[in-house]
Amino acid sequence: MATLTPGFHGHRRTRGDRLPPGQFRTEDFPVLSAGPTPEVPLDRWEFTLTTEDGEQHRWTWEQFQALPQQDVTTDLHCVTRWSKFDTRWRGVSLDTLLEGVATGARFALAECHGGYTTNLPLDDLRGGKAWIAHTYDGEPLAAEHGGPARLLVPHLYFWKSAKWISGITLGRTDRRGFWEQFGYHDYGDPWREQRTWND
Amino acid sequence: MRDGNALAGPLSDLFLPDPTTAWRLCPGCGTDAALAALHVYDQGPAAVARCPRCSEIAFRVARHPGQLWFDFGRGGALRFPAS
Repeated sequence: MATLTPGFHGHRRTRGDRLPPGQFRTEDFPVLSAGPTPEVPLDRWEFTLTTEDGEQHRWTWEQFQALPQQDVTTDLHCVTRWSKFDTRWRGVSLDTLLEGVATGARFALAECHGGYTTNLPLDDLRGGKAWIAHTYDGEPLAAEHGGPARLLVPHLYFWKSAKWISGITLGRTDRRGFWEQFGYHDYGDPWREQRTWND
Repeated sequence: MRDGNALAGPLSDLFLPDPTTAWRLCPGCGTDAALAALHVYDQGPAAVARCPRCSEIAFRVARHPGQLWFDFGRGGALRFPAS
């Protein structure tokens, strides 16, 4: 769990406290979807990073696999109140994908097959805090969990870790995503219980 | 022109019957179907009802603290006070 500026959290954490307030621990991996599971063949898979000026950077599956890969073990926290500890992922850091991309953007909108979107501050995709993950627990990521590839931003509620990701568009202004425009929090820090607009 | 209080009568008629008996003409694909035929995804943060043919969002319903949200998939939600 990455930490933000000391004092920025509205709640006191003790060392070793891994369960955010209002959460319960589960051993399962619940499947939560807001629509049908899209089928995305690997030979047609593509990830597109679009800057605020419209400049596009694209990776095919083959190019994406050739990038430096990282193994990540992390806890997940879903806004529906389950948390799962020590999940194991493999993927490409957003730091790698953003290397050499000229941008002054402060915000990012993740876009997915099936139409799902979610918004995040660009800073939360940098600094070893976010990945495009394609492997879970040593196996190719199952479609029901977002395969072939999903965003993984484990320090925020799991709805920010968009399944079936197809691209990220950077922006100077924040554009709300699928849940965020429906009353869910723009940032979604589980340690501050930022579930809805009023939190 | 009258203010929104003029909606009290017509909207109370609209929201009282069992809404699943209503029919919906999908603007995406033209399917005309009863709400009971929609595909509902309600394991996530809120319920999302979609056209059974083209999967376009029919509407979403969320229970937030103190408010019941209802929208047609692109924001602009109606927010009803709720306990």
